[in-house]
Amino acid sequence: MAYDTNTVEASPAPPDAGTALVEVRDLGVEFVSRESTTCAVNGVSFSLAPGEVLCIIGESGSGKSVTMRALMKLHPPKYTRISGYMRVGDHEVSACSEREMRSIRGSQISMIFQEPMTSLDPVYRIGDQIAETVIRHKKCSRAEGYARALELLKLVGVPSPERRLNAYPHELSGGLRQRAMIAVALSCSPTLLLADEPTTALDATVQIQVLVLLRRLQQELGMAVIFVTHDLSVAAQIADKVAVMYAGRIVEYGPVAKVLQHSAHPYTKGMLASTVSGHMRGQAIEAIPGSPPDMRVRMEGCSFAPRCKSVMPACRQGTPPLLTVSHGHEAACLNFA
Amino acid sequence: MKPMAETDFANPLPINTEDPGGRQQPMLLVQSLQKHFPIKSGILQRQTGAVRAVDDISFSVLKGETLGIVGESGCGKSTLARLLMHLIIADSGTLVFDGDPVSEMRGISLRDLRKNMQMVFQDSYFSLNPRLPVRNSIAYGPIVHGMGKIEAQRLANDLLNRVGLNSEIFGARYPHELSGAQKQRVNIARALALTPRVLILDEAVSALDKSVEAQVLNLLNELKRDFNLTYLFISHDLNVVQYISDRVLVMYLGQIVEIGPVEEIYNKPRHPYTRALLHSRLSMNPADRVNEPPIGGDPPNPINPPSGCRFRTRCVFAEGVCESMQPKLDNVAGDRHLAACHMTNPSSGHSKATS
Repeated sequence: MAYDTNTVEASPAPPDAGTALVEVRDLGVEFVSRESTTCAVNGVSFSLAPGEVLCIIGESGSGKSVTMRALMKLHPPKYTRISGYMRVGDHEVSACSEREMRSIRGSQISMIFQEPMTSLDPVYRIGDQIAETVIRHKKCSRAEGYARALELLKLVGVPSPERRLNAYPHELSGGLRQRAMIAVALSCSPTLLLADEPTTALDATVQIQVLVLLRRLQQELGMAVIFVTHDLSVAAQIADKVAVMYAGRIVEYGPVAKVLQHSAHPYTKGMLASTVSGHMRGQAIEAIPGSPPDMRVRMEGCSFAPRCKSVMPACRQGTPPLLTVSHGHEAACLNFA
Repeated sequence: MKPMAETDFANPLPINTEDPGGRQQPMLLVQSLQKHFPIKSGILQRQTGAVRAVDDISFSVLKGETLGIVGESGCGKSTLARLLMHLIIADSGTLVFDGDPVSEMRGISLRDLRKNMQMVFQDSYFSLNPRLPVRNSIAYGPIVHGMGKIEAQRLANDLLNRVGLNSEIFGARYPHELSGAQKQRVNIARALALTPRVLILDEAVSALDKSVEAQVLNLLNELKRDFNLTYLFISHDLNVVQYISDRVLVMYLGQIVEIGPVEEIYNKPRHPYTRALLHSRLSMNPADRVNEPPIGGDPPNPINPPSGCRFRTRCVFAEGVCESMQPKLDNVAGDRHLAACHMTNPSSGHSKATS
């Protein structure tokens, strides 16, 4: 792979690397097909302390979901080439076998998805689906599993939980379905929760309920959360740290307030400027010209260069490493070199 | 996107400047529009219920304005759009297009209505024919309406250039060879091919990424000015609606709860549902986090909507009168800002009613 080795050294290192819950170094994910090889993720490094919330922001095709799925090894091994080092807790995920992964998934790391209807099994009752995970990992009885399921439905704020235990997914509204899925994910008290755009498919009034719930649960249970979203305002609501991804790389990383209020990378700035708000009535929005690059074609230099306003000749030569903007705030842009 | 100067066009694009009804005549007048989808069950397939998708809706769209329609999923906003296009047939109600009743004696024919009113759908891929190069997709409508093939192709090329796609590069491509935003540009070009006067945009930018959404919104604003268009802009995104609309219509469970000029709806909302929707917008400032959701619960099922006011099950101000009586969207004093809430009507008997 053609990425710069500087990326690794300049990657956000925690104060004490040993205490970090999640450590990802130089992650690369390639999808191989007969026609082409797509470099979806290209040298991503980050770490996460226990109880911290990291938001990965990016547009479709930026590799944000692919990064997260790689952490749980959900990509089909036959068509995927994963390189780099991943560790969650005591488990070195990058070296785990499928059998080990199966015991980690759901107990150590769990995941919630964007569309709850397609990720819940339509032919099983909600109670069964929650209890299944508990019975599988805690090796407890069916009755204990169901008691835990009821407790979880209460925890995620489902009204009349006794009745909902026996409901099928199609009988629930979108918001309740998402709550049920959160209950499945939390059933074995994971230390790391991966959330893949969990509020995108929900209505505005329901989205805010789920966000408030997730934040409350995260604080009560002390989980670390990696939250993938394309919506900057969702990140503003829930994140401690933010990583902005573009074309398979992290282009900006830092505390949420710094990234959103004092953004450094031209892409982040462009995203913020092109986010529509009512105050801009009557004037043209400052849109980022062009469209994201085709990931099947490997390109030299900064992948944002073709759309960037402040592009320099040096931008087209090598991939810019993450450079420090201020303490804990980094951007992969040569303007800070 | 390649910026295209006006002078690049081989020939100027046709602009529909007809205005048979006169300036003051509303472009669209919708009266008591209703659509219930029957639910059939049992061996005999007898009707056991109905989804009240659009329930007695009346409003008007003025010439040259952009009317934004907002609401949560299932509130009937897309059904409303399809009813206006006559893609589904209404149970009852009338539609008047620039003074001409639609599909009635002495009115405007459906063929002419669709020539004057076009629609852009949310899913940019499924609304294009996968087997036609996009140029042919755009030329299809004009050919059906009697334009020569060569002329239609030339028009398609000009339209492609106008929406920011170089016709020499993109004209011969198939939909799967384009990105989401490029496909949506093709859809917009196709909608303009019949020189319509009204464009219905049903969540036309919702599936796009933020950075390209801004490009398409800018394009829509330009086209509206250059082609003398009237927009019906349907979206669930309150920020986008505020940006683009002149007036806003808020829907809840198949009914209009509030309608008015955009500044009034956003600054002085009268209906508690509108207020809750506006408070559900998320701030970009991490210091400004919401700790208490403005309303609980999901929108109820439109099959058996609550009696009286449909919002009362989620409303904190609900009282007895809200259960027994349905609030009306009455226009008493010619006010342009209306809300269907008992609290805005002094004679309703609601304890918080203001005069």
